[in-house]
Amino acid sequence: MKKSGFKFLVVLAVSIWLTPFASFAEVISADSAFQSFPPMPIIVTVSDMPNDPGGALIVEWSIPDADSLTLASMNVYQISRSSNPDSEFESITSLVAGSTRYEDSGLEDGKNYYYRIIAFDNDNRLAEGTGGPGVPSGQWFNTGRIPILIMVVLFATTAIGFIVSAKKGYKFYVRPIAGIRAVDDAIGRATEMGRPILYVPGLGTASEVATIAAFTILGRVARKVAEYNTRVIVPNYDPVVMAVCQEVVKGAYTAAGKPDMYDANDVYFVTQDQFPYTAAVNGVMLRQKPATNFYMGMFYAESLVLAETGFISGSIQIAGTDQLVQIPFFVSVCDFVLMGEELYAASAYLSQEPQQLGTLKAQDWGKVLVVVLIIVGMIFSTFGWESFAAWFDVG
Amino acid sequence: MRREIPLVIVFLFGLFMIVQFFIPHRSFAFLYQEFNNWTIIIGIFTMVIGVGSLITVHYSKIRFKKPGWGYSIVTIVSLCGMSLIGLIGGTENELFLNLYRYGLSPVTSTMFSLLAYFIASAAYRAFRARTVVATLLLISAVVVMLGRVPIGQIITAWLPEWLQLQNIADFLLQTPNVAAKRAIYIGVGLGVAAVSLKIILGIERTWLGGDGGK
Repeated sequence: MKKSGFKFLVVLAVSIWLTPFASFAEVISADSAFQSFPPMPIIVTVSDMPNDPGGALIVEWSIPDADSLTLASMNVYQISRSSNPDSEFESITSLVAGSTRYEDSGLEDGKNYYYRIIAFDNDNRLAEGTGGPGVPSGQWFNTGRIPILIMVVLFATTAIGFIVSAKKGYKFYVRPIAGIRAVDDAIGRATEMGRPILYVPGLGTASEVATIAAFTILGRVARKVAEYNTRVIVPNYDPVVMAVCQEVVKGAYTAAGKPDMYDANDVYFVTQDQFPYTAAVNGVMLRQKPATNFYMGMFYAESLVLAETGFISGSIQIAGTDQLVQIPFFVSVCDFVLMGEELYAASAYLSQEPQQLGTLKAQDWGKVLVVVLIIVGMIFSTFGWESFAAWFDVG
Repeated sequence: MRREIPLVIVFLFGLFMIVQFFIPHRSFAFLYQEFNNWTIIIGIFTMVIGVGSLITVHYSKIRFKKPGWGYSIVTIVSLCGMSLIGLIGGTENELFLNLYRYGLSPVTSTMFSLLAYFIASAAYRAFRARTVVATLLLISAVVVMLGRVPIGQIITAWLPEWLQLQNIADFLLQTPNVAAKRAIYIGVGLGVAAVSLKIILGIERTWLGGDGGK
């Protein structure tokens, strides 16, 4: 009896003592128990975006006090921005867990920006940090393109060096290119057969290098055609290209001393639609039956349609393009093909001018340098020294 | 001056384009965009010259009743008709869209479809075992074609994996083919740089016309 009475008194005393805490425990839920702890600090760094036109910042963050379990429990990072650390921050985005970097753009150059990052686990604020100021600005030199600058300077210097050597009388050897050597024979064939020559300058615009190379060859062809009193037909896809082709052909006829032979209706605009242009050129081939077809410039899916129609009409065909995918089609159908850089070399090859040949030799030595760099990079990468190859990664 | 002014313009703008590539600053990016816009505007003006050339050529054919002058009538009527319909009703009006959808588009698709037959005829002529190189081409073509279809997988399924047609086809496309493509790309890249340098420095002047063709 005394023992049970004593036990009762002990329980009563403990209950009375715990009563204030009990009422507090009703308020505290399992979740809100976490909010009693302050959020962990996030270290936020804000820096200007490198090599950009301006208006962009990079925000990076880390939570050094968080263990892997805590990091795994974070669901989302909310990022806010303000131009004043004491004023209200405006939420700009939310990122999934695991992110440690954000690129903010569309900002004003020269202005201070502060960023606040809050890590949440559902509704719980687990970590928080503010960083800045970051000041966006545009750069005046893209340091990531230094390798390109070095190669450009090296190439230009080499080309100028070879040009100077050529002007002093040094004779460069240029390997014969069958397609270019065949141009004169093809024009002669057309003259003997009394049939015109068809010259297709491709579907490129005048700003493309392949089209410019096509102008060069057209000038050569037109001059020969004028000397042989043969007709050249040049249907054009682009009006600018047409204007240049008209000048080139007219100038060639004038240089050959036969300006009255030039007919503006032979160098004309067709359409700027791919397959209607192809249909028009095919019509010229099947009706006029040119003895020689030249396809020089940029071609796409219509290349085989043109070449096959030319084959059907019995023309000798010389093609030149830098479009890698179309080269096999031309090779399988045409009599001669200038592949890639051979089209660009045509100008130097046909004119034999020292300045032109000098740049051709610079191209060749450029290729040698590229091959050497590839071999060196391959050896370095094999042994795990990736920094050499990475230096050439300009993004 | 007729030749010097264009050469100076090409030199200055060419130099700017090179320098602009290395300067990311907003002011240079703005100028680059502006110059590109000028190119587009000039291109639109030259379209007037192009259409004028088109009409002149076909009118001449109709007037002198040259062979095929009937097609020239179709060309001019189509050009004028579509232009008027587009200008009056806008390019979203039903007639304009129907003429495009049921007139031009099927004709364009028909021309494109000819490619399949031309590929077959070109392949028939090209893939002949006349020389060693041609024989290699023929064998590679057969292997790649069969390796790309289910029957190629079926007929070699019993062989070790490295001898199966689809794996040989993949190897041919991903190794020697890519190597050759990259080699051509390197040459093309250097060629573009060389031609661009020649144009900027005024060494390449054929595009000017006149005696640039020599």
